[in-house]
Amino acid sequence: MSLLRNLAGGLRGLFRKEQVEREMDEELRGYLDDAVREKMRNGMTREEATRAARIEMGGAENVKEQVRAVSWESVLDTLWQDLKFGVRLLRFNPGFAAAAILSLALGIGANTAIFQLLDAVRLRTLPVKNPQELARIAIDHRNGATGHFSSRYSDLTYAMWEQIRAQQQGFFNIFAWGPTQFNTSPGGEVHNVQGLWVSGEFFQTLGVEPALGRFLTPADDGPGCASAGAVISYAYWQHEYGGQPDVVGRKLTISRHPFPIIGVAAGGFYGVEVGRSFDVALPLCAEPIISGEESQLKSSTGWWLSVMGRLKPGWSLERTATQLRAISPGLFQATLPPEFNPSNAKHFLEYKLGTTPAGSGISELRTQYEDPLWLLLALAGLVLLIASANLANLLLARVSTREKEMGMRIAMGASRARLMRQLLAESLLLALIGAAFGGLLAHDVSQMLVASLNTQHDPLFVDIGMNWRVLGFTTGLAVLTCILFGLAPALRATKVAPGTVLKESGKGLTERHSRFGLRRILVVSQMALSLTLLVGALLFARSLNNLTKLDPGFRRDAILVADIDFTERNLPKEARQAFSNELLQRVRAIPGVDAAALAAIVPLSGDGIGHDILMGSAGEPQGDAPVAAFNLVSPGYFETLQTRFLAGRDFDERDRLGAPNVAIVSETFVRKYANGRNPLEMTFRVRRMNKTSAPYQIIGIVKDTKYADLREDLYPIVYIAKAQNEDPGTDALMLIRSRVPLAGILSAVKSTASQADPDADTSFYNFHQMIEDSLLRDRLMARLAGFFGVLAAVLAAIGLYGVISYMVERRRNEIGIRMALGAGQQSIIRLVLRETGILLLVGLATGAALSLGMAKAAASMLFGLKPTDLVTYLLAVASLSAVATLASFLPARRAAKLDPMVALRNE
Amino acid sequence: MADKPTGLVQGTLDMLILKTLELEPRHGYGIAMRIEQISKGVFQVNPGSLFPAFRRLERAGWLKSEWRDTENNRRAKYYALTALGRKQLKGETREWARQAAAIARILEAES
Repeated sequence: MSLLRNLAGGLRGLFRKEQVEREMDEELRGYLDDAVREKMRNGMTREEATRAARIEMGGAENVKEQVRAVSWESVLDTLWQDLKFGVRLLRFNPGFAAAAILSLALGIGANTAIFQLLDAVRLRTLPVKNPQELARIAIDHRNGATGHFSSRYSDLTYAMWEQIRAQQQGFFNIFAWGPTQFNTSPGGEVHNVQGLWVSGEFFQTLGVEPALGRFLTPADDGPGCASAGAVISYAYWQHEYGGQPDVVGRKLTISRHPFPIIGVAAGGFYGVEVGRSFDVALPLCAEPIISGEESQLKSSTGWWLSVMGRLKPGWSLERTATQLRAISPGLFQATLPPEFNPSNAKHFLEYKLGTTPAGSGISELRTQYEDPLWLLLALAGLVLLIASANLANLLLARVSTREKEMGMRIAMGASRARLMRQLLAESLLLALIGAAFGGLLAHDVSQMLVASLNTQHDPLFVDIGMNWRVLGFTTGLAVLTCILFGLAPALRATKVAPGTVLKESGKGLTERHSRFGLRRILVVSQMALSLTLLVGALLFARSLNNLTKLDPGFRRDAILVADIDFTERNLPKEARQAFSNELLQRVRAIPGVDAAALAAIVPLSGDGIGHDILMGSAGEPQGDAPVAAFNLVSPGYFETLQTRFLAGRDFDERDRLGAPNVAIVSETFVRKYANGRNPLEMTFRVRRMNKTSAPYQIIGIVKDTKYADLREDLYPIVYIAKAQNEDPGTDALMLIRSRVPLAGILSAVKSTASQADPDADTSFYNFHQMIEDSLLRDRLMARLAGFFGVLAAVLAAIGLYGVISYMVERRRNEIGIRMALGAGQQSIIRLVLRETGILLLVGLATGAALSLGMAKAAASMLFGLKPTDLVTYLLAVASLSAVATLASFLPARRAAKLDPMVALRNE
Repeated sequence: MADKPTGLVQGTLDMLILKTLELEPRHGYGIAMRIEQISKGVFQVNPGSLFPAFRRLERAGWLKSEWRDTENNRRAKYYALTALGRKQLKGETREWARQAAAIARILEAES
């Protein structure tokens, strides 16, 4: 009741302010009249009485101020007045306002954009029911695992999943899933969509509701998979089916198998992987239907699933982990793949299951980008600091021009707190406008960043949105920067002794150090921070340069990768190699194709095969055998990729099934395993689990090449003739080198393939593009760090320019006298530049120390150089020095051109 | 006890204002005079605390105000007790009496 009245009174005070003020005036005037009349009645003259009454009252303005202070609306009111005053001041200085708002918008925008990404990939929880109850089950510290790993989260095999589901106790509900790609094309060129394999419990465990139709249930995931249907995502429903309501029941073709669509997921649901979304989900039981003879579900060594569950109330992670550890020995004994050799089995039987919280989902994107994003946030924070220092400097410069105004107001009785409040309101205004623009900017910037990480084959999905955390972050930044750049000038401005300021006029003969020190400190810290950012920028740029200039041992450009899948022909194993060869011959005959070859593994694609190597023709190794990376290639592979032969010969027609096994090995293989003997006289055997091959004769040695990734150390690589493979697959993976544009070759290969096999599925990619895509993170870091570095240098240059100009202005008289006494232009320029030199030197020294600390955090992201790389530091120091000299040369020249008479007369 | 006017005991100004309005509405100067009169000049209230108190009491809903002509033929803002204000005054008077009596007892026991 009383609160309501207070509110009403306050609102009246706000909206009918004039009337309230008028009434207060009249009331006080009446009071004064009465007091005067009373005093006159007691015998004073009118003058005496008026004077006495006024003294008693103690100033009408003062009383009014106290009455206003009673009410809450007055706080708003003064703030409003201060802001209005601030707007007026900014409108008088549009240049200052624009510069301030722009630099704040850039600084706050960059910070917010990066924070938004961090929020999306790191901080947010999954949009499902009670996400904090979710946990992931995986093998703790899995070393030496053997088998076929086919997904981003190849935690477990199907057999393990079945055992875990049967034996676990801590979870109320549990499910298995794995990301994959589904080919929805009815034939011809492959069209992949983002797929999910999910066990029947997936949707009900997550507690999500369908937008349409129904979700998969355990009954849909039974043996035989009779009722298998597909669940599609909301986005897929929208862009593939135009959101039509009759989509449920329609058929969706996946790898030529029709599946009925049974339901559509709700709009916000993207699965449990942060950074990706899915288009289509199928039950695990459908995997053998799609994958055929390469089925992971049927393989005891197929690692392709990740398992998550919802904890029962009362079951902590520790308790659950203890139970999982307890069932581990039996579980791994029961799922031990029969094809393992004793060494594989030893590792396998030592595995222990463990569990980790999964409320914020799991994410490869997060693993890859979390550290870079935090580092970028730190860099963006430094940029904002530099921008704040600039603003503080500009405001300090304005303070000295407003000293008289402040002195006057203090003399008139304004309190220091009141003046501070007003000055801070101005800063806050700037900060808030900057933050508002920054927030707008951030949204586009973060979308752009995500887009720059997106590749055609690997679409990302990052749900960037405004939420309270991002909003709080941005507002917090605004307030923080306001304090950073506004507080010191406000303190300085209000610390004036009114008497001296009002008395003082004109400038001193030389500069006054006390007033100037703070600005120097600001410039020095700007220099230091800029150096840090430049070092960061150069480190990442040089690292990227190392990666792009790196010789991987083969050529990167003008190579097309084609995969021609002839599964539909149902060829027996004996006929597959011949058909692959026929395809290869046809492709080689295409005009413009310089060379082409078949391979099992495309280098740097991330795929790989690893087997044990047993040197010699007989005998078993002690303990773990040495390993090598493998590729199966046709003759002409090395010619196609232009990898040099160091000795020996390439594969040819002689090397076929039934002929003696032959192999080509890499330099590193020779260095590691030849022990100084002639490698061309050596043999070795290949052991894959419990199968050991017949001996291979080494017939050639090639230059080292990178295998799975540009950053890796060189592996020993073994190349085996594809024609000697006893178990050929049903696709031909080809590398095609051409001197004509690849688009033309692509369509020629496509038509060649369909002539040879009308049912073939084809897919293509550009080898060079694939390698470039693998450097996305490095490119992103180089670009952003570079952007921040340049921005920092520009801001610091502006700051330095301002301070040196100010110094020149303050020392006009001194400079004038020097010139009058005969100092030349050169010596004046030297005088000014010496000032810069000192600031720069201190800044660079501090900055170098700071950079070393920052660079350490970037060490793991760098390639081919250390975080203490001397060249980088020298380059950064040189460029910052150049920028600083340039920024101070302009005011120095202005000083040197000064007419001494004018300068002195000004006094 | 005192020849010179003294300041008011903290927090009692509100009560005294309410008390002066118990019988009839008064304007600001009237209230100040009344307090001075009744206290025989011991308490002098200055406008700097009086007017903020009016605003406070009005906001609390204990006073209402209206513009009227005075005996000197000027317009003045007259303050009057609301029902709530009357209740508040009763409560505060009772509480004050209780405390004053207690203090008096302590002081007597001391002597």
